[in-house]
Amino acid sequence: MLLALRLAVRNLIGAGLRTWLNALVLSFSFVVIIWLKGIMVGWDHQAKNDMTDYEIGGGQYWHHLYDPYDPLSLSDSHAPVPSHVKDEIQAGDMEPVLVVPGHIFPRGRMQSVVIKGINPAQTIWKLPTGELDADTDAIPAMIGAVMANGTRLGQGDRVMIRWRDTNGTFDAAQILITAVFSSNVPSAEAGQVYVPLERLRKMAVMHDQATILTFRDGRSQRPEIEGWILKTKAELTRQVDDMIKAKTVGQSIFYGVLLLLAMLAIFDTQVLSIFRRQKEIGTYIALGYTRKEVVGLFTVEGAMHAVLAAFVATLYGLPFLAWQAKAGWTIPMEASEFGMAMAQTLYPVYTVGLVVSTALLVTLATAVVSYVPSRRIARMNPTDALRGKLQ
Amino acid sequence: MNGTSEIIQIQGLVKRFPMGKGEFTALRGITLTFGKGEFAGLVGPSGSGKTTLLNIIGSLDVPTEGWVNVLGNSIGTLSAKEAAQLRKESIGFIFQSYNLLQVHTVYENVEFPLLLLKHNGSQRRRMVMDALEWVGLVDKEKSKPPQLSGGECQRVAIARAMVKRPPLVLADEPTANLDAANSHHILKTMETLNRELHTTLLFATHDDKVIGYLRRMIYLLDGRVDRDETVRKD
Ligand SMILES: Nc1ncnc2c1ncn2[C@@H]1O[C@H](COP(=O)(O)OP(=O)(O)OP(=O)(O)O)[C@@H](O)[C@H]1O
Ligand SMILES: [Mg+2]
Repeated sequence: MLLALRLAVRNLIGAGLRTWLNALVLSFSFVVIIWLKGIMVGWDHQAKNDMTDYEIGGGQYWHHLYDPYDPLSLSDSHAPVPSHVKDEIQAGDMEPVLVVPGHIFPRGRMQSVVIKGINPAQTIWKLPTGELDADTDAIPAMIGAVMANGTRLGQGDRVMIRWRDTNGTFDAAQILITAVFSSNVPSAEAGQVYVPLERLRKMAVMHDQATILTFRDGRSQRPEIEGWILKTKAELTRQVDDMIKAKTVGQSIFYGVLLLLAMLAIFDTQVLSIFRRQKEIGTYIALGYTRKEVVGLFTVEGAMHAVLAAFVATLYGLPFLAWQAKAGWTIPMEASEFGMAMAQTLYPVYTVGLVVSTALLVTLATAVVSYVPSRRIARMNPTDALRGKLQ
Repeated sequence: MNGTSEIIQIQGLVKRFPMGKGEFTALRGITLTFGKGEFAGLVGPSGSGKTTLLNIIGSLDVPTEGWVNVLGNSIGTLSAKEAAQLRKESIGFIFQSYNLLQVHTVYENVEFPLLLLKHNGSQRRRMVMDALEWVGLVDKEKSKPPQLSGGECQRVAIARAMVKRPPLVLADEPTANLDAANSHHILKTMETLNRELHTTLLFATHDDKVIGYLRRMIYLLDGRVDRDETVRKD
């Protein structure tokens, strides 16, 4: 095996330009796959961080009837805040949120919204809730950039809002947009209107009630609360994993094509090399190799392309990947057009497992592609090979 | 049979090749023996079967009929591994077109058979330098075959065949690509090595220059032994 490696290196270096071209093509696979996968991992991290920062904190308790995907559930999904979490709320480590369905009327059109009552003094989210603490005759309100774009509402605009109180009676008032925030979390923005918690409680006549209890510390074990469902951070961010997984399927096809191109180059080189080097093959056999050993020799030689490619890849790939991790990749499109949690600039994150598994994948594929054409050596007649007789 | 000095025994060897729908008979019943230390040649016109016979002796091919024993191994009953073992340990090959590994240096080419035999580093170094000295190429050890003349290439090939000091060396038309001066040079070298190392040398040739050096000539004609002449050269 050691001899085979030595021979392989000598033969590859001896083959010169062709070897390096192959290695270059193959190195693209290394770099691009690692880069794209790094983007995915980075995206996953960022999306989860953004969700944590703007929506879910360290985890939540949901009122047992609350279902964010079912607007009808919203009218009943509220209850008094359980008394034994009051201390935590007092300390600012838990924030109750009241969710009430409603409608706004921007430019005379009606749009259904979710009104979220939130404590202006909260410190769990990065939301600029301090802006809700405004002195105004209207109800101070805050919306996300996605919502602002869709309704063409901006800071300082007033708009009519309508809701039903706990008895089912319609009521309406003016809200004043005191802040527009940008979060990269569509679910925290689309169709959401944030107002001060106590105002909403009064508006809906739901004194001391809440729909969601968001806590800060997601690490410690949380107790069960009757009538409330514990949603851990992992559970709440699972949709990000699912989304990334769905994207990864599409990406895998891209890797496949990329890898296929590189493999074609290697395959082609192997076929040509076996055809052209028949005499050499015959010589190896005359010197005491079995045909099987020559198959091994050529397979190792082909597979060594992957090693050279890794070497070439580090030459230009390392600086590129490092630069990307620092500078990030700015998506040449509006992030919101993706309709999912995604920052405008993604910072790839490369894990050891990612690099190792990519290297293994590429090397394995190269070895297989090198082996397949080499098998025909085993069927060669050594005397024909020695004569270089074309077959 | 005198088992101690006879290293090749061939009895009733027939070799047929498949050809289209039928068969072509290249060797039609060869019976020969070669003793240790011979300097012999298979001589005959093109197509007479010289290479075919040499390949079978070298365990690169197998007999269709008959019995061939080389250094105690019955060719044709050997497994691929055993045949490879026989070639690796006991047989050196010299080819018309040298068949050197082009991307390897002269030193590495000569070293190759020793690597296969797993000799250790210092041992290899000594044996390679000895072999290069035999053929007068010590100063070219770092050159690669493309930088050498045809005569030099064939001398490297001789060194590669002899470096492991095998009991048997098979040379198929070793001078066919060489001019007269180079042919004489390498033939003298082989003659010397045959004498000093007691290596059995078996040629296949139709070159008169080679024939002039041979001590025994087996004339092949149409796959048969036509004449077997031993020359006394004292
Ligand atoms: N693999 C093969 N398949 C079919 N026929 C073959 C094969 N090898 C050799 N032959 C035939 O066997 C005959 C003897 O060939 P061989 O190569 O032994 O001749 P040779 O004496 O070495 O000739 P030359 O002096 O030209 O090298 C030739 O007619 C050749 O065409
Ligand atoms: Mg021949």
